[in-house]
Amino acid sequence: MAEIAVPKPDEAPSRRLSWSARIARRPELILSPILLVLVLLFWEVIVRFFQIPSFMLPRVSNVLFALYQGLAISPFSRGGYWLNGGVTLLEVLLGFIIGSSIGLVLGIVISQIRILDATLRPYIVAFQCLPKVAIAPIIIMWFGYDISSKVVMVALLTFFPLLVNGMAGFHGVDLDRIELLRSLSATRWQIFWKVKFPSALPFIFAGLDIAAVFAVVGAIVGEFVGAQLGLGVQILSMNAQMDTAGSFSVCIVLAVMGLALNGAIRIVQRRVLFWAPSETGQRAINA
Amino acid sequence: MAGMTIDAAPLRQSQPRDARPFIAISGLGKTFVTLQGDRIEALVDINVAIGAGSFATIVGPSGCGKSTLLRILAGLIPPSSGGIEIASKKVVGPRKDIGMVFQSSILLPWRTVLDNVMLPAEIVGIPRDKARVRAQELLRMVHLEGFDNKYPQELSGGMQQRASIARALLHDPAILLMDEPFGALDAMTREQMNLELQRIWQESGKTMILVTHSIPEAVFLGDQVLVMTPRPGRLAQVLPVALPRPRGLDGMATPEFGRLTHEIRGRLQQKGTLD
Repeated sequence: MAEIAVPKPDEAPSRRLSWSARIARRPELILSPILLVLVLLFWEVIVRFFQIPSFMLPRVSNVLFALYQGLAISPFSRGGYWLNGGVTLLEVLLGFIIGSSIGLVLGIVISQIRILDATLRPYIVAFQCLPKVAIAPIIIMWFGYDISSKVVMVALLTFFPLLVNGMAGFHGVDLDRIELLRSLSATRWQIFWKVKFPSALPFIFAGLDIAAVFAVVGAIVGEFVGAQLGLGVQILSMNAQMDTAGSFSVCIVLAVMGLALNGAIRIVQRRVLFWAPSETGQRAINA
Repeated sequence: MAGMTIDAAPLRQSQPRDARPFIAISGLGKTFVTLQGDRIEALVDINVAIGAGSFATIVGPSGCGKSTLLRILAGLIPPSSGGIEIASKKVVGPRKDIGMVFQSSILLPWRTVLDNVMLPAEIVGIPRDKARVRAQELLRMVHLEGFDNKYPQELSGGMQQRASIARALLHDPAILLMDEPFGALDAMTREQMNLELQRIWQESGKTMILVTHSIPEAVFLGDQVLVMTPRPGRLAQVLPVALPRPRGLDGMATPEFGRLTHEIRGRLQQKGTLD
């Protein structure tokens, strides 16, 4: 089995392999779906056998039905998943773009100016340790119940991963690469764009990965505290009506949203970072 | 190699070799101050002249300041005393007429081999089309034709170092500085690289300065060997090497080669540096 764990450098030929050969090489392709089916079956059986009330734990079938209902409602209806999901997604995307770009730019600026770095570092560490969701009520008070407060919340949560990873990435640039450019009498600007920025990209993408997860967290927490529309609002109102199957189905929508965001980043990452050895190393840095 | 169109350094065409010092190092000293305030004398009173188009090698044990000397030559760090003149102009910072080869190849992993070799063109400001033609010629010269679109990670260590030599020559610098470029290679590859470097030097007509801690490598490649001793870093001897060119690997078995390496080894031992 040992040779299966080693990633093959050239994956192209595997595309032409038969299904059975592919599964022999990567058994997880079949094991993962089987696990899902087993867990769902187990869930359904437990609920039926112990006659657990549906407001405690709904049946799988009820959750799926609630999901269908939520999606079947008109996209413009306040009760449906399309409108609420759209609002949450808008908050996530706007906040993500604003927060991560400000974080990245500040991370770059701070890492390039030594005195700024030394002065700000203790406060950055302190802010990092603060659970940012704790200030959600204050953000809602300042920015109101409409979408802007949630965008601020998401931006705040996505800001730090990019700030911290950006700083780490620009500090970690191989000094030999800088020396090479200096020996050619390169300007600071040339050194930045030709060496420092590309060298820092693995860290920046690791930061974006984390920020994508935090973005959805920020939007939902913001909506929990105070909002008129959004999936967080919907979870709260379903919970109040003991519609647990509905709450579960909204969680599925959120999971899909998170996966889509993560997948989009992965696609860009694979194109931009084709040269980086592996992502496991970069993830360990952030753990 | 017939059909090579790499331009010779203009200075070599206008003057015979060794006509007057092309690189003049006079009274050069470098003192580093540690964070504790201790002063470390890395280089003391170095005086030497290197002729245009010649090959100088610098040999010495670790810590004798040979890499520091090279970095001062490249204008990467300033000297503490004395100075260096290249073509009668004082070195005050990095210069565009110097190419540098480092201990590791430092190829950028996100660029193809060709784009790596073309990097100096973007810094120095050579048009892309011209740079591409020249880069392809240089890749042919270092026997890397057909690897243009590979990434550095796909090359062996020796090939990576050859690519970095091609990169150092792209902007047609008059001087090539090399800091133990073959230190990380195995002995066989290293000998092969020495032969190729000699050929590249003869074809290109550059003034080359190579730092090494291999005595045979220093003698094999150099017109003159600068022997350095540590604590503090001093130039103990400048030894001319009159072996005929091109030199072959079997030339290492000749009595003259043996005499030269023996003399250098003796000079280094006498200073008690190889203990």
